Amino acid sequence: MTDLSVARPCRLEINGKSYVADLPPCVTLLDLLRERLDLTGTKKGCDHGQCGACTVLVDGKRVKSCLIFAVSIPDAKVITIEGLGSEGHLHPMQQAFIDRDAFQCGYCTPGQIMSAIALLEEGHTQSREEIREFMSGNLCRCGAYNGIIDAIEQVIAQQQKNRTGEAA
Amino acid sequence: MRQFSYSRPTALSDAWDDFEHARYLAGGTNLVDLMKSDVERPNHVIDLNSLPLNKVEELPDGRLRLGALVTNADTAAHPLVTERYPLLASAILAGASPQIRNRATNGGNLNQRTRCHYFYDPDMACNKRSPGTGCSAKGGRNRIMAILGTSEACIATFPSDMCVALAALNATVTLAGSQGERSVAFRDYHRLPGDQPWQDNILLPGEIVTSIDLPALSFGPHYTYLKIRDRLSFAFAIVSVAVGLQMESDVIQKAHIALGGVGTKPWCVPEAEALLEGKTPSLSLFRDTAECLLRGAVTDRDNAAKLRLAPRVIMRALSQAADGTPQSQTYKSIS
Repeated sequence: MTDLSVARPCRLEINGKSYVADLPPCVTLLDLLRERLDLTGTKKGCDHGQCGACTVLVDGKRVKSCLIFAVSIPDAKVITIEGLGSEGHLHPMQQAFIDRDAFQCGYCTPGQIMSAIALLEEGHTQSREEIREFMSGNLCRCGAYNGIIDAIEQVIAQQQKNRTGEAA
Repeated sequence: MRQFSYSRPTALSDAWDDFEHARYLAGGTNLVDLMKSDVERPNHVIDLNSLPLNKVEELPDGRLRLGALVTNADTAAHPLVTERYPLLASAILAGASPQIRNRATNGGNLNQRTRCHYFYDPDMACNKRSPGTGCSAKGGRNRIMAILGTSEACIATFPSDMCVALAALNATVTLAGSQGERSVAFRDYHRLPGDQPWQDNILLPGEIVTSIDLPALSFGPHYTYLKIRDRLSFAFAIVSVAVGLQMESDVIQKAHIALGGVGTKPWCVPEAEALLEGKTPSLSLFRDTAECLLRGAVTDRDNAAKLRLAPRVIMRALSQAADGTPQSQTYKSIS
């Protein structure tokens, strides 16, 4: 008879640090981050993949950490909101969310920011409509959507300016 | 969530038979959710992600093979898909959200379960979840339920967008199990509920989807995936239509049509496709086609609106395809 509670090895790199432990297979990446590693910046909203509050990057791709068993992504590189910027230096997307008033209660914000960073990598930023469509996996109960798009556009503008500066 | 044991084989094995109630895991975007909702209660999860099914490859005969473990996002962005099968890319991008598409796989998309509210609530009667308990959706709140292919036992809609395009494209599904490999026409992969609604498809116990093969065919700009839903993004279809027309000058040579949101499986009617062949596009022709596609529809308490909406969406989609103006999944106004 198989022991159902048997823990499985879990090896991850989380915000640049190695994590190795034996975990029950039912532990989601979200619960691992929040309950075992005190990385509570990643939020639990719906816990069913609908709200996007739990968005993190796994191997550079934005995903919903509530729908992933931690043991099922061996050796993956995970980046959470805590992995952005450094002491005293916010990531440009974090700063843009402050500059553009892109939140009220702030609960969806870590997920919005992780999603926005991936969005820029994916390049689905040709227009406000395209940004809106490709941010549709992140819900904001306060309705700060216009500010969120403004923040994303601010970072895009900064990047373009930096590129032009480099070329000059 | 209930406890379960977990294994991750590197080759398809007969592990399935060792467990009372095993489930295969791919992207997990549906299975993990169902396990949290206590709808799926596996005592063992077999993670398929180490199987070599993660490639998109051209076959020697010109077909394109989509590995079962390629993600929806990678499939929609693959150059051979965007170039040759923009209808499929469009349908994928009409579904779910970027984060879901980054995890969800092609094989998993075929095997996802209905989003019927009653299926998702273990306290309600549901023949699909708990055989023999009855159907709460019939006579219940059923605005989102199916009007085609229903039975006394079940009126749940099959939720996929991607599969609507695959049905239109006449794809083939390759399966593997302990009995070996077999291929089936995509249109025959999903089952009508009949009196066994718990069987969504023809997979045998332990069998998996290994690939989806797309036939070599081209519609040029004469395709569209038109999806009508309650909000503009990240919502399941109320009615959707995938169309691809092979046209020569003004004449439709061959038509490929499938409906989503209205059927218990991706809905195709070969007679409706035949109606269009050899004809010049016109609204009256499209009206006849819609009527043929929706023949036999049965509405229930709340979903009669689908039967009024569907002909309009079908006619609009056919016009878009004939005009070579496919629906954008980013700019939502409908031409």
